[in-house]
Amino acid sequence: MASNEEILAGLAEIVNEETGLAPEAVELDKSFTEDLDIDSISMMTIVVNAEEKFGVRIPDEEVKNLKTVGDAVSFIANAQA
Amino acid sequence: MSTPVLNKTAVNENARILGIGAYRPDVIVTNEDVCQWIDSSDEWIRQRTGIITRHRAAADVSVIDMAEGAAREAIQQAGIEPSQLGAVIVSTVTHPYATPSAAAALTERLGATPAPAFDISAACAGYCYGVAQADALVRSGAAQYVLVVGAEKLSDVIDNHERTISFLLGDGAGAVVVGPSDTPGIGPSVWGSDGSKWDAIGMTHSLEDVKKLGESARHSDEIDDPAILSATQDVWPTLRQDGQTVFRWAVWEMAKVAQQALDAAGIEATDLAAFVPHQANMRIIDEMVKKLKLPESVVIGRDIAQAGNTSAASIPLATHRLLKENPELSGGLALQIGFGAGLVFGAQVVVLP
Repeated sequence: MASNEEILAGLAEIVNEETGLAPEAVELDKSFTEDLDIDSISMMTIVVNAEEKFGVRIPDEEVKNLKTVGDAVSFIANAQA
Repeated sequence: MSTPVLNKTAVNENARILGIGAYRPDVIVTNEDVCQWIDSSDEWIRQRTGIITRHRAAADVSVIDMAEGAAREAIQQAGIEPSQLGAVIVSTVTHPYATPSAAAALTERLGATPAPAFDISAACAGYCYGVAQADALVRSGAAQYVLVVGAEKLSDVIDNHERTISFLLGDGAGAVVVGPSDTPGIGPSVWGSDGSKWDAIGMTHSLEDVKKLGESARHSDEIDDPAILSATQDVWPTLRQDGQTVFRWAVWEMAKVAQQALDAAGIEATDLAAFVPHQANMRIIDEMVKKLKLPESVVIGRDIAQAGNTSAASIPLATHRLLKENPELSGGLALQIGFGAGLVFGAQVVVLP
């Protein structure tokens, strides 16, 4: 089980690998689409990689609710709990 | 009286691909053309899909015409006569007759009658399903030479104004001849289906809907009943997909299937000369390459940039292009994987012809 800080760091790594964005840019209040300019296909890739890394299941219908990095961190933390 | 013992077919130890052929129709549809129909841009389409152009067939070019073009080249390269074909398999979802099959007509055109002939409906996995069948037929001795064609006229079943799939699709045909070999040339096929996702990719209407429309037209008093004319335009079945579900399944589950095909063949990613996945989307291809940890030395089939997604034709078309541009790949190992509507999937490692 990872702490929220560890989940954020792991997610930042995944986002960096997919988009080339600096991991520091991946902050809790940032919106995936508005601030980080991540398109729907990249988002699915990030979701798939996050599922693998954190051992959780993020259903398709849940993905549209993950608007900010913080939303994703909370979802993963809850799913792991 | 003792029970008579049946004769057994003489088996072939191994099978391999002996020749490959391609047919690319003449009409080129650019991203600018597509943007007349949907609100998009060349940059958006390239970024999301990697597609720059698609080939589409003219109105008078049929699935069977395209299949014939690809088949003749494959047969010639295999160095056999059409009459030597022991089976003809056409994988297609766009032959516009439920029966008779495209394969029977193709067999007659090629001069391969009376070879057994049948179509496979396995969408974008159709070519790999066909190779799995051909491999089994040749090794069992049921046929010496088998023609496998993936042929699609997807432009007949698209709605240019919808955004989930139509702009990705192209027409074309690819074919191979599979025959006996001294050494193993087709690794074990890893193939399957997941009907729980039957709705993820499919048609807007069934033939029953078309039938009902015909019946209401017959019972209408007006010759040009506007309601029926409008329904006629809406009822023609066209393709749709749930892109999110399909993308995730393709990237996540199909990378596993591709790895299983490598394992079943008893080889490592580093042994491959080429990777030729179904040409669904460049981003899916890129992600599979990463997941499989393919080394830089492996040449990747990226025909989608020019050809678009041609369903059952995409893998043989992409393989044909790779061999044309990199003839040194001949004799090397290629991992091929098809996946699509059903959902269905098939993968195997093959020795390139």
